[in-house]
Amino acid sequence: MVDTMAQTSVAEIGGERGRTLLRQMMTIRRFEEKAQDLYSLGLVHGTMHLSIGQEGTAVGASAALTRNDYLLNTHRGHGHCLAWGSTPDRMMAEFMGKETGYCRGRGGSMHIADVEANNLGANGIVAGGVPIAVGVGLSIQFRQTDQVVMVVFGDGATNEGAFHESLNMASIWKLPIIYLCENNQYAMSMSVERAFNIERISQRGCAYGIPGVTVDGNDVAAVYEAVKEAKARAQAGEGPTLIECLTYRWRGHSKSDRQAYRTREEVREWQDRDPIPRFASWLSLTDEQVGALWKEAEGLIETAVSFAQASPEPDLSTILEGVYA
Amino acid sequence: MPNMNNGTMRELTYVEALREALTQKMRADDRVFLIGEDIGVYGGAFGVTAGMVEEFGEARVRDTPISEAGIAGACVGAAVAGMRPVGEIQFMDFVTISMEQLVLQAAKIRFMFGGKATVPMVLRMPGGAGTGAAAQHSESLENWFVHVPGLKVVMPSTPYDAKGLLLAAIDDDNPVIFVEHKLLYRTKGHVPEEMYTVPLSQTKVVRQGRDVTVVATSIMVPRALEAAETLAKEGIELEVIDPRTLSPLDDAPIVASVKKTGKALVVHEAVKTGGFGGEIVARIAESEAFDYLDAPVRRLAGLDIPIPYNRTLEYHTVPQVENIVDEARRLARGEF
Ligand SMILES: Cc1ncc(C[n+]2csc(CCOP(=O)(O)OP(=O)(O)O)c2C)c(N)n1
Ligand SMILES: [Mg+2]
Repeated sequence: MVDTMAQTSVAEIGGERGRTLLRQMMTIRRFEEKAQDLYSLGLVHGTMHLSIGQEGTAVGASAALTRNDYLLNTHRGHGHCLAWGSTPDRMMAEFMGKETGYCRGRGGSMHIADVEANNLGANGIVAGGVPIAVGVGLSIQFRQTDQVVMVVFGDGATNEGAFHESLNMASIWKLPIIYLCENNQYAMSMSVERAFNIERISQRGCAYGIPGVTVDGNDVAAVYEAVKEAKARAQAGEGPTLIECLTYRWRGHSKSDRQAYRTREEVREWQDRDPIPRFASWLSLTDEQVGALWKEAEGLIETAVSFAQASPEPDLSTILEGVYA
Repeated sequence: MPNMNNGTMRELTYVEALREALTQKMRADDRVFLIGEDIGVYGGAFGVTAGMVEEFGEARVRDTPISEAGIAGACVGAAVAGMRPVGEIQFMDFVTISMEQLVLQAAKIRFMFGGKATVPMVLRMPGGAGTGAAAQHSESLENWFVHVPGLKVVMPSTPYDAKGLLLAAIDDDNPVIFVEHKLLYRTKGHVPEEMYTVPLSQTKVVRQGRDVTVVATSIMVPRALEAAETLAKEGIELEVIDPRTLSPLDDAPIVASVKKTGKALVVHEAVKTGGFGGEIVARIAESEAFDYLDAPVRRLAGLDIPIPYNRTLEYHTVPQVENIVDEARRLARGEF
């Protein structure tokens, strides 16, 4: 794979901004690790899908958009939420089912939304957000703003019918949509080798007259560049783009995964391509600088846990609230 | 039917009972195959098919891409063309994506073709709340299917029934929606080793009692039995009835029971409005049991809300043992 990091403008995501982005990646990593710990301790229940190893995609993509744009997120979406600017405090509170959580404790990990920041939510349904992007795109078109919508989904989602209907509608109506496919090599136990008879998922754009590109999802700059270009295309009225980000999930699919479908060697190989040290070295940071950023990230997570633990549970008397407007 | 095995009754979990039914049937009948997401090496999200791909291979224990409409359609097509597919939908919630193939194709093909085709397929799926998986992984949608003539709807509440009903469902020449419950998977009970069937459309009286008839489905059957034990200590005797097959429904045992007790309570997990309880109440109201009623027929069901993530809210959204105890006690005491 071409190392596009070198080609990217340092002015855009280097320097101070680069350090902020790197700290975001570190915050995501520590957030996920803490979420898993809390789960093991029984402080968080249900299920959750960790994005450890995929931080480069989340941070690179959000960096190319503004909070005036829209995000439709996946079930493996903690990283995208944080990169979009959600606070770890209210996310952690949501995990613990607290009233101060983004969804008042009603949604949990799979449904975190931050509607005020145009984050229209993670989704418990694979490909659930993909057709919704069509409607958001239509709204942008009707309202004639220069916004775009980015919808994030996994490799597995592209085998749902809804994905295909969405791409075609977006293409014929030239909707301002960025389809961001996180190809982390597996849909639960189903490897992309077994689930597809094509080389690249980005090839699917071709069937709908949409440009499709594949980038190294562990390369922040490559993801950033691709999303930036897709945004420019969308704003110029040229329609949607399908971006495939090649990456890997280090942990199991969810809490209850024995991972019998892959080898330890394969996991280790991908861990060697850790997006965090890679971006740190692109930024030419010293070990001290990197260490200081890790400390900051860890501090944010500690604060988040304290906030969540101190927050109240929803009041049982409100149980029927919120179904209808 | 006592089956002595080394001098003791053999116990299996609900998951093991389902797996044994599938395994025995696949050994006996080449037409049977399994199709679904992560049912192979992963063994199914809840472990029902664990180890089966090793015995039967990837063709007959077939992992699919994430394509629920495709899974349902593949079952319909294979069934019409001579096979006996058993599909798995990973969570009942996702069957919403399969609906067209089930409601408009599977259910209607036989009728539309003048009775000249059959669709002998089974689609298994786990429903229910209680795992903290929130609103899109906790649905109880069984009554959607009850509303569709041509589909059969089965909901086992014990390991024994899980095995026997699944074998009967595979033998049946109609599309069967087979609804399991996540919280029942680890429950244990007596399961004979041999292949046996529990006939579809046979309602079962699982506990005799003179005071209140309690009609319960799925996870609510063990909860109703526990409530019955509590109330028995107070001298109140519940008669607990498990329809097991929701459609076509065998309502005769329910009517007979209500004639005896004069009081009826229906308990299910799915939301109350438009739920299966309404059908049971209507059957009682339309039957000769109506004249024997001493109290209004009551329904205890899920609140009319999506399943909340928060543990406490989730717990209070669906009926628990203590709610059944309260409701049945009030009925028995004539408080309604
Ligand atoms: C419609 C639907 N089918 C199945 C599932 C169960 N499920 C949740 S995530 C997942 C795998 C998704 O794979 P992919 O889209 O590649 O995303 P990843 O988990 O790898 O990030 C499956 C099968 C679901 N949530 N929704
Ligand atoms: Mg994937």
